[in-house]
Amino acid sequence: MVTLTTDKIEKLKSKAKTIRQHIIRMIRQAGSGHPGGSLSAVEILVALYFNKLKINPKEPKWSERDRFLLSKGHAAPVWYATLAEAGFFPVSQLDTLRKMGSILQGHPDMKRTPGVEMSSGSLGQGLSISNGIAIAGKLDKKSYRVYVLLGDGECQEGQVWEAAMASAHYKLDNLCGLIDYNGLQIDGPIEKIMSPLPLTEKWTAFGWNVINVDGHNIEEIIAALDKAETVKGKPTMIICRTVKGKGVSFMENKHGWHGKAPSAQETEQALKELN
Amino acid sequence: MAELRCTRESCGNALVELGKANQDIVVLSADLAGSTKTDDFAKAFPERFFNMGIAEANMMNTAAGLAVSGKIPFATTFAIFASGRAWEQIRNTIAYGNLNVKIVATHGGISVGPDGASHQGIEDMALMRLIPGMTVLVPCDAVETPKALVAASEYKGPVYVRLARLKIPVITQLTDSFVIGKSNILREGSEVTIIACGVMVAAALTAAEALLKENIKATVINAYSIKPLDTENILSYAKKTGAVVTAEEHLAAGGLGSAVAEVLAQNYPAPMEMVAINDRFGQSGEPDELMKEYHLTADDIIRAAKKAISRK
Repeated sequence: MVTLTTDKIEKLKSKAKTIRQHIIRMIRQAGSGHPGGSLSAVEILVALYFNKLKINPKEPKWSERDRFLLSKGHAAPVWYATLAEAGFFPVSQLDTLRKMGSILQGHPDMKRTPGVEMSSGSLGQGLSISNGIAIAGKLDKKSYRVYVLLGDGECQEGQVWEAAMASAHYKLDNLCGLIDYNGLQIDGPIEKIMSPLPLTEKWTAFGWNVINVDGHNIEEIIAALDKAETVKGKPTMIICRTVKGKGVSFMENKHGWHGKAPSAQETEQALKELN
Repeated sequence: MAELRCTRESCGNALVELGKANQDIVVLSADLAGSTKTDDFAKAFPERFFNMGIAEANMMNTAAGLAVSGKIPFATTFAIFASGRAWEQIRNTIAYGNLNVKIVATHGGISVGPDGASHQGIEDMALMRLIPGMTVLVPCDAVETPKALVAASEYKGPVYVRLARLKIPVITQLTDSFVIGKSNILREGSEVTIIACGVMVAAALTAAEALLKENIKATVINAYSIKPLDTENILSYAKKTGAVVTAEEHLAAGGLGSAVAEVLAQNYPAPMEMVAINDRFGQSGEPDELMKEYHLTADDIIRAAKKAISRK
């Protein structure tokens, strides 16, 4: 656990700003994609990729690396932008998002994209996969940790709870989940569509250590990630309270921006706000 | 009379042997370790056995995570739950990622018996066969089953192995080859080719023997690799005999018969008859009663062979 310097925090914040700009540009370029749930998860991925994860972008399959999985695969733009900024592939590739033959598919494809640990897109599967990776880590006595980001709406999938049970049953303390709790899903507010709340009580009841943080406060996220590493005998879930569409005024807290590309004018305004 | 042995039992033993030879082999069960005979592996290698409880979707994706970490997971449950309940996990995570997961499904077909329709997997071969890149193997007896598991473990990529519940006749030899994408010619005859898999291979041999008494000479092909299918053998014998019968303990839609029909229709449209379940669910009953009711006996193959020949 290292205390973060003001300088480091400023660098991380600046990285978050750059990634948000990429997200807007690449979805505009693609003409489709999911800005809302990408923008809400920016600080989470920045905290992981630029401070926490043991990774080597030059050797994406390094056997000792920490693993990160994006279970909410529709937020692919934030993952791609982060991986590019971390050096897994050139930033120029971001312009090819969703184009024929691109390494950046509409939803993550592990066979095409360096740094993408697992394919996703169909919700509810990432935690189960993470359990398998965490079990393998224990079998092989490896020290790597497994991180997986879920959506709050995704917690409506029954398989998430099958997996939650299994993570605790197998005492996977090398596993850390994060929930992007932005409160919105495609059709509207999660509480109105099918409430998965209360999240803290549910995950606690399933045998997890639960930490709640402000999902846009990088220091808080990092502190929680550090804390999770010290908890033995059970997995940790970090519930990150976020704002869907964070950073772009007209996208914030609007479920209509779950899966829609901005127009030229909207792109211009969004980039101005993110400057 | 051939010796009767259980494919799932020989599967249990084979998994233990595989586990001895390779530390990376792990086995997962969804609360059916006793029924799928994986409890032997659990006893031999408790640290490499994972009972995932009654949660097949989670089991398949956990296997995916193990596979991506270098393990060779064998995920086991009944055919209906493996292929049905967890289909989308297999499609979107295991097969799309071309992950090295081996799915071993016992209780394929209606010979499951008294448990009835809910437990009789009659569409699993179709469901697995249509997934891009999936390999589907259906060994025909307790001698061939370990070979299927070894072939699956040596192959890099997803494999579905279908086994039956019952004791069935041992009709193959230890020395018979088993290669993914190939098939074995069990006997040769010039008038009709019977292509069978699983428990229907023994019935096909019985049928061929009976046909010979009526001076009708039949070839019998053990098509243990449903996907990839041995198109070379199938076309070669379709041409030699000019009539084809397929036999499987599965729906006519989408299984071995469909696979053979796809090949013949495009390359050599010979008269063909399918011995299979015709768009019906199963039901409770003794296995032999059910096989009769659903027209999956040697007599049904004989009738189909004569019909195919008459259509030449």
